[in-house]
Amino acid sequence: MEVVTYTNVETFVQHLPEVTAAGVWIKAIIILAVISAVAGFGTYLERKVLAFMQRRLGPMHVGPYGLLQIIADGIKLFTKEDIVPQNANRLIFMLAPAITAATAFIALAAVPVFPNFTIPQWVPVLGGTFVPSIAADLNIGILFVLGMMAAGLYGPLLAGMAQANKWGIIGAARTAVQFLSYEVVTGLSILAPIMLVGSLSFVDFNAAQAGGISHWLIWQQPVAFILFLIAGFAETNRTPFDLLEHEAEVVSGYATEYSGMRWGMFFIGEYANMITISIIAAVVFLGGYSEEGIGWLTIILKVGFFFFLMLWIRAAWPHVRPDQLMWLCWKVLMPIAVINVVITGIVMMV
Amino acid sequence: MGLEQFKNRNVGQQKYVKLELGQTPETPMGKFSQVLRRTFKPELIIGLWVTMREMINALFKGQMHTVKYPFEKLPISPRYRAIHEMLRLLESGHYRCIGCGLCEKICISNCITMDTRYDENQRKEVSEYTINFGRCIFCGYCAEVCPELAIVHGPRYENASEQRASFSLFEDMLTPIDKLNLQQEYDGFGAVSPNADENIKKTPLAY
Repeated sequence: MEVVTYTNVETFVQHLPEVTAAGVWIKAIIILAVISAVAGFGTYLERKVLAFMQRRLGPMHVGPYGLLQIIADGIKLFTKEDIVPQNANRLIFMLAPAITAATAFIALAAVPVFPNFTIPQWVPVLGGTFVPSIAADLNIGILFVLGMMAAGLYGPLLAGMAQANKWGIIGAARTAVQFLSYEVVTGLSILAPIMLVGSLSFVDFNAAQAGGISHWLIWQQPVAFILFLIAGFAETNRTPFDLLEHEAEVVSGYATEYSGMRWGMFFIGEYANMITISIIAAVVFLGGYSEEGIGWLTIILKVGFFFFLMLWIRAAWPHVRPDQLMWLCWKVLMPIAVINVVITGIVMMV
Repeated sequence: MGLEQFKNRNVGQQKYVKLELGQTPETPMGKFSQVLRRTFKPELIIGLWVTMREMINALFKGQMHTVKYPFEKLPISPRYRAIHEMLRLLESGHYRCIGCGLCEKICISNCITMDTRYDENQRKEVSEYTINFGRCIFCGYCAEVCPELAIVHGPRYENASEQRASFSLFEDMLTPIDKLNLQQEYDGFGAVSPNADENIKKTPLAY
């Protein structure tokens, strides 16, 4: 297994120091650890930002400014009883959260997270190992990430259908509707920038936009950017489109019967997906990162902005009905996306 | 904007403004331009700005609404009917109750029990006085009927307890003699709460 990873990665990375299997392993562990922690921290941020926007304080009592609330929640989730409902399909019910969390993290494998670095020589055993910014720098990176996020829909879908609960079934049906609708818009909206850059690799996208704000693709493709953002919100079940776990209508949708860490895995997956979508939007449309100096801070700021935008919109906007969602997707966004692709093609040909 | 115009209850003197709500368009061109206007009106952006404005107000302008309840409390209205208090006369320090028994008589849940006798000066003296707070419905009749303002409702509203039978004796409710200078006089019916001015707000009708 290690040998396969090694050769694959090496084929696609020529200009960088040698990527070893150890480097990829370290990177994978870093991604898993940091993104899990960031996803936990994301729940804290979400509660805080929503609270501030409603002029509340949010969590305040566990630790300074409620910072240790994440740990308290984590302990609660880990120690809760793992309940499987009586008529549920036991195997699928227990597997479904793992699908959501796993696909979210697999998608992160092909996305640039944190800069390249070499472990200093004085570190025992691992000294001198080069850790790449992308765990697996595929030449079809965007396709892979979008495909993985689309595969993530099996999590909510199977969870909802396996739990023998009417709210779960409705949630699962809505999941299918929402993802089937929005995959089309995601793919079509990102097709126009792909045509401009001529590559599916995130590294090429980054290189194509090097050289300041004026080179960002958002100025050439504002429509694609907005469409991708809307579709991204639908893919991550964020507020204007969070109808699969809409409390007022379907209790908790696909997550109704879940408790404890299985429920927590759905949330870690959702937050990891939010981070992935933010990174894609930042790299594809907002210029991504630069290797020299504090260039990596810029992408963290961009990702932070998109994350904040998701919370901000949750505080500000109401959500749509399922029929409005499908109307918006098939009758408005998809035609716009197609027209955008056609116009981009014509402009490129002329 | 000051509070004066909100406190002005003289109807007819205020300056009311009629909102311009517009007309329903009649012509096809009017309808079309309305659709255009509504489509490109930045309503969603305005919604975003509203929440952002509230966040700025809360974080930087000290308009956070949260009251950290057990640690800080809002002032309650003087009309609030919480646990009873027995007041003393400020001059002599003697309790105000004259033992007339009206509160016991009027109590609709029969939770006040009192007994009186004549002391050596042939004055009525309260020998026994209890209120069963397990029965009391805090209707406020006792405080209303009292001719001497002897029994009033105090500000103590946190009365959760582990005991079901929670009788309160006369001495428990009586102002301690060493805290006589701290005794709060009842403001009277119709009194407003001390933070009434802060609570006056513009009605959000004019969106």
